[in-house]
Amino acid sequence: MPEQVIHTHQLANGLTVVVEPMRDVQSAAFSFLIPGGSAFDPVQQNGTAGILTDWITRGAGDLDSRDLSNALDNLGIQRSENTGINHLSFSAASLGLNVPAALRLYADILQRPHLPEEEFEAAMAGVEQSLRAMEDEPQRKVIIELRRRCYDAPWGLPTEGCLEDLPNITPDSVRAHFQRNLRPNGAILGIAGCVDLDEVLGVINDTFGDWATQPEPEFATAPRGERIGHIHHESTQTHIGIAYDGIEYSHPDYYKAWAAVGVLSGGMSSRLFTEVREKRGLCYSVNASLNSMKHEGRVLCYAGTTAERAQETLDVTLGELVRLGDGIESHELERCKARAKSSLIMQQESTSSRASSIARDWHFLKRVQTLDDIRRDIDELTVESVLAYVHQHPARDFTVLTIGPNQLNVT
Amino acid sequence: MKFFQTKLANGLQVIAELNPSVHSVAMGFFVRTGSRDETPEVSGVSHFLEHMVFKGSDKFSADDVNRVFDEVGAKYNAATAEEGTLFYGAILPEYLTITFELFANILRPALREDDFSMEKKVILEEIGMYDDQPSFLAYENLMQSHFAGHPLGQSVLGTNESITALSCEQMRKYHHDRYLAGNITLAVAGNTDWDKVVELAQQHCGHWPAGEGYRAIDEAHPKGGLKIITRPKSQQQHVMQMTPAPSAQSKLRFAAEILSVIVGDGSGSRLFWDIVDPGLAEAADLDFAEHDGSGAYLTYLSCDPEATEENLALIRSIYDDVNKNGIREDELELAKNKVSSRVVLRSERPMGRLSSLGGNWVYRQEYRSVDDDMQTLRSITTKDIRDLLAAYPLGMTTTVAVGPLESLKI
Repeated sequence: MPEQVIHTHQLANGLTVVVEPMRDVQSAAFSFLIPGGSAFDPVQQNGTAGILTDWITRGAGDLDSRDLSNALDNLGIQRSENTGINHLSFSAASLGLNVPAALRLYADILQRPHLPEEEFEAAMAGVEQSLRAMEDEPQRKVIIELRRRCYDAPWGLPTEGCLEDLPNITPDSVRAHFQRNLRPNGAILGIAGCVDLDEVLGVINDTFGDWATQPEPEFATAPRGERIGHIHHESTQTHIGIAYDGIEYSHPDYYKAWAAVGVLSGGMSSRLFTEVREKRGLCYSVNASLNSMKHEGRVLCYAGTTAERAQETLDVTLGELVRLGDGIESHELERCKARAKSSLIMQQESTSSRASSIARDWHFLKRVQTLDDIRRDIDELTVESVLAYVHQHPARDFTVLTIGPNQLNVT
Repeated sequence: MKFFQTKLANGLQVIAELNPSVHSVAMGFFVRTGSRDETPEVSGVSHFLEHMVFKGSDKFSADDVNRVFDEVGAKYNAATAEEGTLFYGAILPEYLTITFELFANILRPALREDDFSMEKKVILEEIGMYDDQPSFLAYENLMQSHFAGHPLGQSVLGTNESITALSCEQMRKYHHDRYLAGNITLAVAGNTDWDKVVELAQQHCGHWPAGEGYRAIDEAHPKGGLKIITRPKSQQQHVMQMTPAPSAQSKLRFAAEILSVIVGDGSGSRLFWDIVDPGLAEAADLDFAEHDGSGAYLTYLSCDPEATEENLALIRSIYDDVNKNGIREDELELAKNKVSSRVVLRSERPMGRLSSLGGNWVYRQEYRSVDDDMQTLRSITTKDIRDLLAAYPLGMTTTVAVGPLESLKI
């Protein structure tokens, strides 16, 4: 694997900057993780962070909403803003030479947004409509509702918000969320690609150095929803969501947990695909993934199938999850390793994936793993070590949520 | 990046754009067959056949196929559309040989009866899955309405009825008629060498039957119309519209591409500023879709049901203004900056180059480098856009609405 150099720099106000210069690319990407995600939504105002994510780009610094958008477009910035649980994330990619100018614009967005009163309704309407659209798509909704039932609040609350809470959210409450939460201490900026390290660090010091720190806010916790649930929907398919305990990202056994889920659902030769789709033809879509957060994690599974075959699909899927504890073949693990190796290498062809990866690593681990570090951890996995993990964290006490015309029998 | 090209004796076209400084290599077999090439009694067979390819050949069982792809850590998949079936994968260069052999081998699939019956269930589930996605349902119905009477109006997935009735024998015949070497392009992008590509192609594809699949590519002349699919319990209204645009063979297609960015990109476009930014709709965008001999502008609107007519009137007034007055220099410049950055970012991955490499060849027998694309983009003028609009104005020829509404005035 080619040599990889990752530079870490922390401003006095706590903003952590992680930079990975890359060869053979013209582009560069950055990813800001800024404290203030949906976990910090005030009680019964779930959606506050989501509205801020939209509202915050409607004018900043000297530029109104349209001028700001034009300035970013003229730099060729491919951008996206997302509301996460812990953070608001702002991702951008363009030619490397445009990155310094783009960082200056983001300095305004994050520190000096206008949050114009007259555009609040529009931001709110955007969030409300995307929540309504989600109601029409049970395949998306089932995972969002499953999270509510397998994590305590605020971790399980939808990052996008919920329709019932929107009327409680006002311009002032969103501004208060901005002032209380968005801060440099706890913020992370990952940059990868064709950049000059000294130049970008200079710009960042200039434009983010005066950003004032804030105390870390508290958030309120509340119990999760019912473990077994059904939501009636006149859909063609029944959409099945299943969750059980996994582990957090920083856990020493993280890669074992990753491999266990990989055996279940890592590729088309994995168990769920083989047993549920290939051998029985029950589904088009069936999968499981490890959903690890900073302090805990779950395995989340999805299967979508026509109503009359839904019970069998649920039974077979649960059976496969449990059967993992009976043993793993060495070739199953070898295939997980092979897929990981090629993914890691191919990541080096994408400045966007590297930027978000290094920012995410810093958030979870307070360090950045090089691709070699990860490869070493994966090479060390053995059938025995992965199986020992599965025995310590068996698939049981399932949370099950179904959306569709009929309720299923969960045993 | 360097381009290479050859044609095997049986007519298989082989093209490659090679680049030693990337980490992976992407390959794709572009089979020029899709739903437009089907007869009504085999509706959905191209897509079903795409699934059956992964059920293996005489040499590889279905389990072997899934296993070998995973053993080499391939990122692979396949896709079927109205006029093409694409099998593609990206791998590390050291696995090209084994991946190539597997792909080439399964393109002559065994089509076993028991696999066929099992996979039929999966296809029916896929049809069910899309039925629960309003925007997909709208698109599928729009293609059928807009291109009614033209082969492009034929469904990719088929229906529950057509798939249930389809026999393995019918699929074998379709494969025999359409998967001919002269109807297939092999494209390779990324880090490998040309001699190796040619050698692999000769070895694994040289014996494929020669011949070309016939396809009439007359331009469609849609009559237009309105179709409403009422789903009383839906929250949002989804509306899709089509109107004729340049075909894949037309020189006007570059202007159409950039016009769709100026008028209907997801952000910073006219539809964005007038409809999405003020919160009047969740989405309002315009795309350009090129096909063999025909093309379409595609409008998508998702909003509160009560606001649908008002939003459509707004879109109409934007289209009227653009048709009448063209677009401004500053809008064009901004769109060029956006698009050129997209082109560069996409081109950094072999997988990102593959579709453009193969698409240009399949539709036009043409190689276009990233620099060619950039130069063409830079050369587009507001006059080009006016010429485009004179031939293909924006419009709302055909409309499909999915949601609670029972009627709709356009």
